[in-house]
Amino acid sequence: MAELSELTRHIESYVDTSRSPSEQVASLRAITSLLKKNLLPIEILVREMGLYLTSTDSVIRCRGILLLAESLDCLSSKPLDTSTIHSLIIFFADRLADWKALRGALVGCLALMRRKDGVGIVTISDALAVTKSYVHNLHVQSLAQHDRMLCFELLECLLENYPDAIVSVGNEIFYAICEAVDYEKDPQCLLVAFHIVELAMRLFPDLYGPSDGIVGEIFDTLGRYFPIHFTHPKGEDVDVTRDELSRALMFAFTSTPLFEPFAIPLLLEKLSSSLPLAKIDALKYLSHCTLKYGADRMEKHAVAIWSSLRNIVFSSSQEPVLSFDCESVDGIGFSDDDIAKEALTVLEKLFMQNSVLFLNLIVNDEDINLIFDNINSYMNFSNISLQSKRKIHGVGCILATAARSTVFSCNRIFESFFPCLMNTLGISILKPSDNMSPSGKHAVSGTLNFGALYLSVIVLEACRDLTVGSAQVASFPTHETFCCMLERFSASLARDFISYVGRGNETSMADVFLGVKGLQILATFPGSFLSMPESLLEYILTALVSIITENFQGTLSWNLALKALVNVGSYIEKYHESKKEISYMVVVEKIGSLLTAAKCMMPYSRKLEAVSEVGMSGRNYMLKVVPRLEEAIFTNLSDLYVNGYMGPAENTVRLLECYTNKVLPWINNSEGFDEVLHLFVINIWNQIECCKHFSTRTEEKDIFEATMKTMKFAVSNCSETSHNAIVQKAYAVVSSCHFFSWNESAVNHVEMRGLDISHELKLSIRDRWVLSLFASVIMAIHPQTRLPDVRATLWLFMEMLLKGHVPSAQALGSLVNKFGSKANGQSTLDEAMDIIFNTSISHADSAYGISMGIGDKSTMNLADLCFGASNSRLLQINAIVGLAWIGKGLLMRGHEKVKDIVMILLECLSSKGGRHLRQDSGQENCEQDVSSSVMTYVADAFHIMMSDSEVCLSRRYHANIRPLYKQRFFSTMMPMLQALIIKSDSLFQRSVLCRALAYIMSETPLVAVLGEAKKLTPVLLDALLMFSKDNLDKDTMYSLLLLLSGILTDKSSQEVVIENAHIIINCLTRMVSYPHMMLVRETALQCLVAMSMLPHSRIYPLRTQVLQAVSRALDDPKRSVRLQAVRCRQAWSSSPVTT
Amino acid sequence: MTLGLINANPVVHAKKERVARSEDPHADDAVDPLEIYDHVRDIRDPEHPYSLEQLSVLSEESITVDEKLGRILIMFTPTIQHCSMVTVIGLCLREKLKDCFPPHFKVDIKVAPGSHADEESGDTQFIPIAF
Repeated sequence: MAELSELTRHIESYVDTSRSPSEQVASLRAITSLLKKNLLPIEILVREMGLYLTSTDSVIRCRGILLLAESLDCLSSKPLDTSTIHSLIIFFADRLADWKALRGALVGCLALMRRKDGVGIVTISDALAVTKSYVHNLHVQSLAQHDRMLCFELLECLLENYPDAIVSVGNEIFYAICEAVDYEKDPQCLLVAFHIVELAMRLFPDLYGPSDGIVGEIFDTLGRYFPIHFTHPKGEDVDVTRDELSRALMFAFTSTPLFEPFAIPLLLEKLSSSLPLAKIDALKYLSHCTLKYGADRMEKHAVAIWSSLRNIVFSSSQEPVLSFDCESVDGIGFSDDDIAKEALTVLEKLFMQNSVLFLNLIVNDEDINLIFDNINSYMNFSNISLQSKRKIHGVGCILATAARSTVFSCNRIFESFFPCLMNTLGISILKPSDNMSPSGKHAVSGTLNFGALYLSVIVLEACRDLTVGSAQVASFPTHETFCCMLERFSASLARDFISYVGRGNETSMADVFLGVKGLQILATFPGSFLSMPESLLEYILTALVSIITENFQGTLSWNLALKALVNVGSYIEKYHESKKEISYMVVVEKIGSLLTAAKCMMPYSRKLEAVSEVGMSGRNYMLKVVPRLEEAIFTNLSDLYVNGYMGPAENTVRLLECYTNKVLPWINNSEGFDEVLHLFVINIWNQIECCKHFSTRTEEKDIFEATMKTMKFAVSNCSETSHNAIVQKAYAVVSSCHFFSWNESAVNHVEMRGLDISHELKLSIRDRWVLSLFASVIMAIHPQTRLPDVRATLWLFMEMLLKGHVPSAQALGSLVNKFGSKANGQSTLDEAMDIIFNTSISHADSAYGISMGIGDKSTMNLADLCFGASNSRLLQINAIVGLAWIGKGLLMRGHEKVKDIVMILLECLSSKGGRHLRQDSGQENCEQDVSSSVMTYVADAFHIMMSDSEVCLSRRYHANIRPLYKQRFFSTMMPMLQALIIKSDSLFQRSVLCRALAYIMSETPLVAVLGEAKKLTPVLLDALLMFSKDNLDKDTMYSLLLLLSGILTDKSSQEVVIENAHIIINCLTRMVSYPHMMLVRETALQCLVAMSMLPHSRIYPLRTQVLQAVSRALDDPKRSVRLQAVRCRQAWSSSPVTT
Repeated sequence: MTLGLINANPVVHAKKERVARSEDPHADDAVDPLEIYDHVRDIRDPEHPYSLEQLSVLSEESITVDEKLGRILIMFTPTIQHCSMVTVIGLCLREKLKDCFPPHFKVDIKVAPGSHADEESGDTQFIPIAF
């Protein structure tokens, strides 16, 4: 009984309207949980609620019924027996008449109707009762939005789940629907309402006799909503879009063919509307209707539809009706006009449905025939009026759409229009005996006529698309009328197209464009449809090639011809046209041979473009082209080595760049080129090996760098297996050089005595090439590659880096980055580090040695050199740069040994480490200078370590990169450097330390730095002021400034900014006039704008200073800086003075 | 004083599309009419919720600039001949440009010849005193 009193309490709290909504929800939840746990049978609940359900007080009754309904809604998965459901649904159906308590009745009906099979559902007879009660009692439009929505949902649910009940109600339901939907305006309700109409019309596929009136009435209700015009403000959370509504309405329109007599006239009427959206919608509906209503019903409207579609196509094209540029070679002439596009889609559907009828309309159309009758007035593109251009474009689109739709219509179009076009162009059938040679200046047979040419090309294109599309479907009759006609004309057409291209100069671009386009289309007809003689294809291809080789002054025709050639190539590759491929290969050969053809006058860049583009159109072509390119590279290089190369240096650079930037990336994405690349690299080494003496021209820096880059790219694209062979080969060449003085005894010597770098670096040009290329190979190899002799390689690079050869340092960095910790038989990283740091280095330094009174030979290791033990400044700098690259390699892989390197560098920076504080009074100044510049190099070392290099140690070159290594390094280094800065005793030392920290900060992701904003801001500002004195570190300065702006705009660092506002503004006002980089000035002004948001009391004293600086910036030479200055000035002068 | 609007029904023109300029990163950008126009085109008309651009009071062509001499000349066209708002419009222009250019630029603001009944009053030299 306690439970019952509990229940009563819950019921009362729900029914009582004075309780808060949360209490009501809680009591509902309590009741449903009782029901769910079977603690409370639903009968008891109903009995308990008896009074509330039947009370004469409508408010209490309403709440009571709603409680019952809501709790039923929560029980949708709980099984209920049939009799319970029956009595409940009859109760709710009955209550639909009670408009004062309607909400509960609707919710209850919906809850019961939506129950799934298996847990007890409403029977058909009960559903019929609900439907009848619905039809008789509900006046949907007099209800509020939410209740209307429920009504619509109920009806939708009935239509979906109980169609039989609806059918037995009969036509009455339609009146109910009309009444319910009429004048509905809420988008969410409408969405359901349109769906209801769609479902209902499907249920009654044939409404006969007297019900005709009903169809009209329903459509009348629907038609008012077309076109959907729906502008709700974006902020509102109505989750219905216009497109959804429009689609729902479209489905309702096309739910039954019975709507046809009403819908089509309405749509045609809206087609003439001036609203673009209405037009597009009408066209969309029209094409959907075409499919749903069927050919018979659409036939009645054919003439009307045709004339309005034709008018749209003719009139809608916008300004540049016909654009002839390179980009549009792929899809000729169709404008981006959505309306015209949609109209053509409808037309295509109509053609597919009823070809005969619509083709008759086209063929007999007056406007189209008028164009064909007057085709002679469209001789010259530039003389045609805009109006006529539109017309001719429209006709082209229509004919193309027709020809593209079916084989039948293609035939018909060809029969009706093609002879006329050929006639106009003066093309007659060519006899096979006629000679077809592109070079022979054959008599121009045709007359120049732009209109006819345009229409023929566009129809040919459509016809080609049709055949290419259906080539996949095998069931295509082979000898169609249009094929026969084309076969007869193809030869003369090709000849005519060529004559257009030849005749056209840069002023009549249209002719050139159409000519090339035509040739391309003819060449890409599937062989199974058009049995074109091979000679014809060759003829076309030769013509295109000759444009490329001879007409290289004409930009447009040259580009077009190349593009057409590439398109033909990729077509052949895509559709595996083996016959055509043979002819095309000849072209590829010919283009490829251009590179080595000395006689050809073509500019070298054009040659390269043609070769690489043609190669990239297919894998087989690339296989042909690559050897040609490589051959050219070898010839150029060997020329260079031996003779000093007669040709201009930039050609070789261009060639190498084309190979690395265009061809190699393409090769990288396709398979089967591994062998080619491998051979290429090996051959370069062979070539160098054979040539013992290099000419002096070889020194040219551009070629040298381009070759190194090519070597790196090629090696990095090779597979791992070929890397081993490449390294072997390169090592063999290097070890034969005289600078590589190791043999077995020498190795022992090094181990005992250390490296002797007393000799000056006197590398011959060849040695330099060999060494740098070897370094490039080492930079680009996979980590797993086996090196022939690790120790010798390490020593070699050590020696060279100390002699100032930077690529060696980079290679060494790559080596330590890629070493495995315990690779198969390879020496490990630890051993390598041991060699690098503990090899003793002997050096004879005559100048300093004598003056210092030390013996003329001294031994030391790399760290000592960095500290300046050798007394040679150059050597010290070289050692530091080398150390930086080694450190970078270690840092990126996250190795702990990087700490040692950092310690050495910091030692150099702190005053104790350097030996510059010697008390020799006479040399003090000079020493100070030397060591100061050395210290700058130490700071730069941090730059090298942190910045991303393009030269080596990147993903492309298979570097070993640990995630977040920059953040880690930053958080280790920051406290150390800061401590040093605090301890620093000279101004100069402090500035160097600042510089080092600035390099680290500028490369660290912003998020990591923001956390330390408090400590870093002063250093950051110091560094900015320091960098602003010269233009050497513009980029670092810019990234520091971005860092500062990040700090300024971040909420968490607001406090620091306020604290330092004075010095920040001091710094920024100086940056505003930084002369070397516009971005710095612009960003500084933006930072000042951000500063103006600070509390007024803090920034008011600085106002005058800022305004003065900004007014100078108003006179800046760059416009964007001036704009920022205006913005900044407004921000600062409008800051409230009185508050 | 007229109580109603001076021009109750002005002709409103479409706003021109603003294209981002392609800038040469190495050369200096001289002050040109478009830059000035960009500063002032969005000033609201004193009596309508439209900008001076929309009402065609200003156009890019009506602005001339000589950077060497530091002179800017703006000719604006009131919507109607007897517009009493010319002085206000002129003052708006002057106030706006004062913030946008360094002080060595001399700004002249004039009413286009023949577009106003009392052309002299358009010369805003007098206006600060009037205020």
